[in-house]
Amino acid sequence: MCGIVGLYFKNNNLDDKLGYFLSDMLVEMTERGPDSVGFAIYDSVAKQGMIKCSILFGGVDQGKTFDWDLLKNAINKDFGSESVMHVYGSHAVLELPTDSKSISKWMKVNFPELSLISSGKRIETYKEKGLPKDVINSFNLTNFKGSHALGHTRMATESAVTTEHSHPFSTGDDICLVHNGSLSNHNTWRRKLLKEGIPISTDNDSEVAAAYFNWKISQGNSLDESLKSALVDLDGFYTFAIGTKDGFAVMRDNFGCKPAVLAETDDWVAMSSEYRAIATLPNSEKANIWEPIPGKIYSWEKTT
Amino acid sequence: MTKIDLDKTSVRSLNSNLQDNKDNSETLIENPKGKHNLAVGLTTEQKVHIHGHVGYYCAGMNQKANILIEGNAGPGLAENMMSGVVKVEGNASQYCGATAHGGLLVIKNDAAARCGVSMKGVDIVVGGSVGHMSAFMGQKGRLVICGDAGNALGDSIYEARIYLRGTVESLGTDCIEKEMKQEHKQELRELLNSAGFDDMSLDGFRRYGSARKLYNFDIDNAY
Repeated sequence: MCGIVGLYFKNNNLDDKLGYFLSDMLVEMTERGPDSVGFAIYDSVAKQGMIKCSILFGGVDQGKTFDWDLLKNAINKDFGSESVMHVYGSHAVLELPTDSKSISKWMKVNFPELSLISSGKRIETYKEKGLPKDVINSFNLTNFKGSHALGHTRMATESAVTTEHSHPFSTGDDICLVHNGSLSNHNTWRRKLLKEGIPISTDNDSEVAAAYFNWKISQGNSLDESLKSALVDLDGFYTFAIGTKDGFAVMRDNFGCKPAVLAETDDWVAMSSEYRAIATLPNSEKANIWEPIPGKIYSWEKTT
Repeated sequence: MTKIDLDKTSVRSLNSNLQDNKDNSETLIENPKGKHNLAVGLTTEQKVHIHGHVGYYCAGMNQKANILIEGNAGPGLAENMMSGVVKVEGNASQYCGATAHGGLLVIKNDAAARCGVSMKGVDIVVGGSVGHMSAFMGQKGRLVICGDAGNALGDSIYEARIYLRGTVESLGTDCIEKEMKQEHKQELRELLNSAGFDDMSLDGFRRYGSARKLYNFDIDNAY
C-alpha cells in the first residue's frame, strides 16, 4: 500500500501555497505510507541554457552527512561560477549551464556517493525515509511554491525501505512518476531496459516503471502513447501519477484494484489515493469529484 | 437529534456512541471528510445521517440501522451488511455491498467496479452505472442497475438476480439473459419503489442470472 497525491493549479493565484497544501495532503496519507515520503515540485523555470538538478545523498539513512561545499567547489570549477546551489538537508538543488546527460555522467565520475534524482527546466525532487510529517518538516515543504506537484507516501511491499528506494522517480527531463501498487514483471523489464541502456539504480519495481516511460518517451512516443503501451507491457496492479513540465497525468491499470480519486474546482485539480487527502484543500466540498475509470488516461496541461 | 462533529470527535467514539444507541433516535454526522469506518457495526434501529463524503468501509456489517450519506462513499461501503438501509446520494467506489447478507443498499448515482461482489442476499439498487465484475459470484439477492454495466457482469454468478436497464460491456462466465416474467416485473417495481425511484419506468429493463453450467464439474472447463 502507498499513498499518492497530485495537485495542479489552474491559475497562478495559489502558487505561493503549493507546498502548504501538498504537505497537508501528504500528512493525511501517512497511514497509507508511513515508511518514506517524497515529492516533486514544479517551480520557476531555469534560466536560458541552464537546467535544474536535484541531488540526493543516500548516506543520510546511515546517519552520515555530506559536505556540500565539496560539490559546490567542483561545480564552480567545472561548470562556471554562474551555477547556483541550494542545500536542503540531504538534498541539493543545482541550477547550472549543462544538460542532463552531461551532469549525470559528471556526477557518476566525481561524486558516486550522490544520486541525481531529477533534472529539467522546472522540476525539483525531494524524498527521504521517515514519517511523512517529520520529513516534510525537515524540508520545510510548507514554504515551497510552484504551479503543480506530485507526492508519495510509501509502504514498501516489493523492495527495501531506504531513501534511494523512495518515490518520485525521474523518467526523463522534467518528468517524474509516483506509483501505488506492485508490478509482477519488473525483473523482466529491468533486464530489457538495462540492455537498452536505460539506467536503473535500485531493485524497486516503480523505478522500472519510471525507466520504462523514460525509454518509451526517448523513442519519440508521447506521454499518452507511453501510458497506453504500459497497459499492455506492465503486469500488476497500479495507479500511476506522472508529473510533466506543465501538468500531470493519472492512469489506473485495467483491473482497477488500486484506488484513485480525482477532484476539480475552478482553481485546482487534485488526485489522491483517497478523498480524505483532497478534503484538506480549500473548497473541496464543492469540487467535482470522480473515480478515474480503469485503463483511461486523465491529463491536465497548461498551454504556455 | 444528536449532532456529532468529526472535526471534534474521534471515529472510535462516534462508533461506540452509535453502537450503544438503543432508543431509535437520529444522529447527524458533520465533517466526515473522507474518514474511514464511519457508522460500522450498528445493530439497532436508528437513523444516521452523514453530511459529506465518507472514506472506506462506511456502514460495514450494518444491522437494522438506516444510514444516509449525503455525498460520495469510498471503497467497501456496506460491506457484509445484514439488514437495514444504506443510501448514498452521490457515487460509491469499489465493491460496495460486498458479501452483504440482507438489507437494502441504494446508490443514487454510479457504483464503481465489483458492486455486489459475492452478494449473499442484499438488495442493491444503483441509479447510475456499475463498473466491471459487478455481482461476481453473487449467491443471493437482487442487483438493479438503472444505467450501464461494465465488463464481466455477473461472472460465476450463483442465484443472485440482476436487472439492467442500460447496456452491458460484456457478460461474465455463466451469466445469461433470462426472460422477464410478470413476477420479475413486480419484484423490480417493488425494488425501485423501495429505493425511492417510484417514477422510473420498467421499460428497457432486462433480467440476468446464472446459466447454472458451472454448478457441476465439466471436464471442458478444466485447464
